Amino acid sequence: MNSLLYIDGVTVSFDGFRALDGLSLVLAPGEMRAVIGPNGAGKTTMMDVITGKTRPDAGRVVFGADTDLTALDEPAIASLGIGRKFQKPSVFEHHTVADNLLLSLAGQRAPRRTLFARESAAERLRIEAILGTIRLTPYRDLLAGSLSHGQKQWLEIGMLLAQDPELLLLDEPVAGMTDAETAQTAELLREIRGTRSVVVVEHDMAFVRALDVKITVLHEGSVLAEGSIDHVSADPRVIEVYLGR
Amino acid sequence: MRSRSSLLTFTLILGAALLIGALNLAVPPGAAMHAPDYIVSLAGKYTCYAILALALDLVWGFAGILSLGHAAFFALGGYAIGMYLMRQIGARGVYGSAVLPDFMVFLNWKELPWYWHGFDMFWFAALMALAVPALLASLFGYFAFRSRVTGVYLSIMTQALTYALMLAMFRNDMGFGGNNGLTDFKDILGFPLAAASTRVALLLASALALGLCVLLARFVVASRFGKVLVAVRDAESRTRFLGYRPESYKLTVFVLSAAMAGLGGALYVPQVGIINPSEFSPANSIEAAIWVAVGGRGTLSGAILGAVLVNLGKTVLTGALPDAWLFVLGGLFIAVTLFLPGGIAGTWFIRKPRGARAPAAGVREAAP
Repeated sequence: MNSLLYIDGVTVSFDGFRALDGLSLVLAPGEMRAVIGPNGAGKTTMMDVITGKTRPDAGRVVFGADTDLTALDEPAIASLGIGRKFQKPSVFEHHTVADNLLLSLAGQRAPRRTLFARESAAERLRIEAILGTIRLTPYRDLLAGSLSHGQKQWLEIGMLLAQDPELLLLDEPVAGMTDAETAQTAELLREIRGTRSVVVVEHDMAFVRALDVKITVLHEGSVLAEGSIDHVSADPRVIEVYLGR
Repeated sequence: MRSRSSLLTFTLILGAALLIGALNLAVPPGAAMHAPDYIVSLAGKYTCYAILALALDLVWGFAGILSLGHAAFFALGGYAIGMYLMRQIGARGVYGSAVLPDFMVFLNWKELPWYWHGFDMFWFAALMALAVPALLASLFGYFAFRSRVTGVYLSIMTQALTYALMLAMFRNDMGFGGNNGLTDFKDILGFPLAAASTRVALLLASALALGLCVLLARFVVASRFGKVLVAVRDAESRTRFLGYRPESYKLTVFVLSAAMAGLGGALYVPQVGIINPSEFSPANSIEAAIWVAVGGRGTLSGAILGAVLVNLGKTVLTGALPDAWLFVLGGLFIAVTLFLPGGIAGTWFIRKPRGARAPAAGVREAAP
């Protein structure tokens, strides 16, 4: 099977606590997947393993044809084309919105390159395009620190788009958003969909329903159920551990 | 607009040095406008301190690395030039040895240690004044940044570094003059150090060096490299997930900054006429951090302003109330931290960037 991301039997323990327990997951190129599950199910740890922040005790994470991510560190994995949005919005508060995107644009990352880099016309166009996508065009020259919480979340999604990754990992992108902002974010993600693979970790069931994608339910570090929203919401085990409470 | 303000800073520094030099050399002593010799050497000293402050501001203000050992790089640059000045003394020393500096004759050494070779040439000593601090910084930085040592732990390590160097330099068998350091210099490049014209030339050289350092620092912080530095300062792990290696950015700026500090020390020593291990004292590095904090870290002109103002205060106060100085210095640091976190320049001179206020209502409504 043709996969972009193949997580194979990954186990991570912290002081005897198994955060991930033989987790396996396959993501097709261009697929959007929502990952849900109760607190402590291992959703964020899964992201940490994919992005190189945490090394698994066992298992493999294969990206593309045959790149084993468990052997690489964060910058190397990011350069392969995997972007990550954190649960808490993490933008460069002392830079303008446009500069946040500029620093995220795919390109040279070595100090000797960035020292002499100049903003090209192509880069400027790309920044304008992303500003439009994330609805922040009027804010381009404001400091990121002055944005509202929801706008920071969008800016961070924009930074991911600027990286032009093949795979986007979004950790609770609508946490702390108003209902209107949540609806807009779902719309934004539907626009992105198809152009690249996306994994969304979320608690907000209304948001997940709005995405209308295949869902993976995690529980105690492994996959409990997988399928459409109607399929998993009807699964008695899912209702037992997650939805029912 | 920022680069224009750096050019203005450059012009102001050089203009002030030229003015002081002219008032010293061209106006006869006794005239009301005459600048006495001590003003020239004081201005020269302040200029060198400002280079150190600028170097520290580059790493602290822009990359978030609070180095509390930067005076070590300054002192190493000073020692390199001090070694050249010692060799220039030649047979005019107290013991009259053409090759060996006085302290080596005194210690009964028979020949010059290998690491003193080459320092009879000015270009070599000048190169070493930059290269030795840069090398030490690259070794220290490589291990510290690769191991992701940050914040207060890194600051403590830099304090330990300068303290260790101080203890080492105090030892006579290190071959750097021990406790007394290097002194009794006679001339530099053939010009007598005691001559007023040499002193003015040294002041001008220091001012030119400071001005060029400002332009270089402005180029660095205004570049995309500089933006990454600020990003690393504010959200280091985010930069990693964008594909940047924060450690190589920190290492690059740390090495550049160390070389800059070395340059300051190299210009300082000929003007004060002595370099000894007390220059490595941890308190010196802390004082440099206070200059930057007072002037405004993260602003280049602020670092210079802080160095000059605090040292001006030190000169005046240590003359009038010698016992009060350390209390004033400590109080100043606390007061700046509490009431003026942006420093003088950060609070009063630098325009608030847009976004420091909330977006205008119209802008907010324009968003969907």
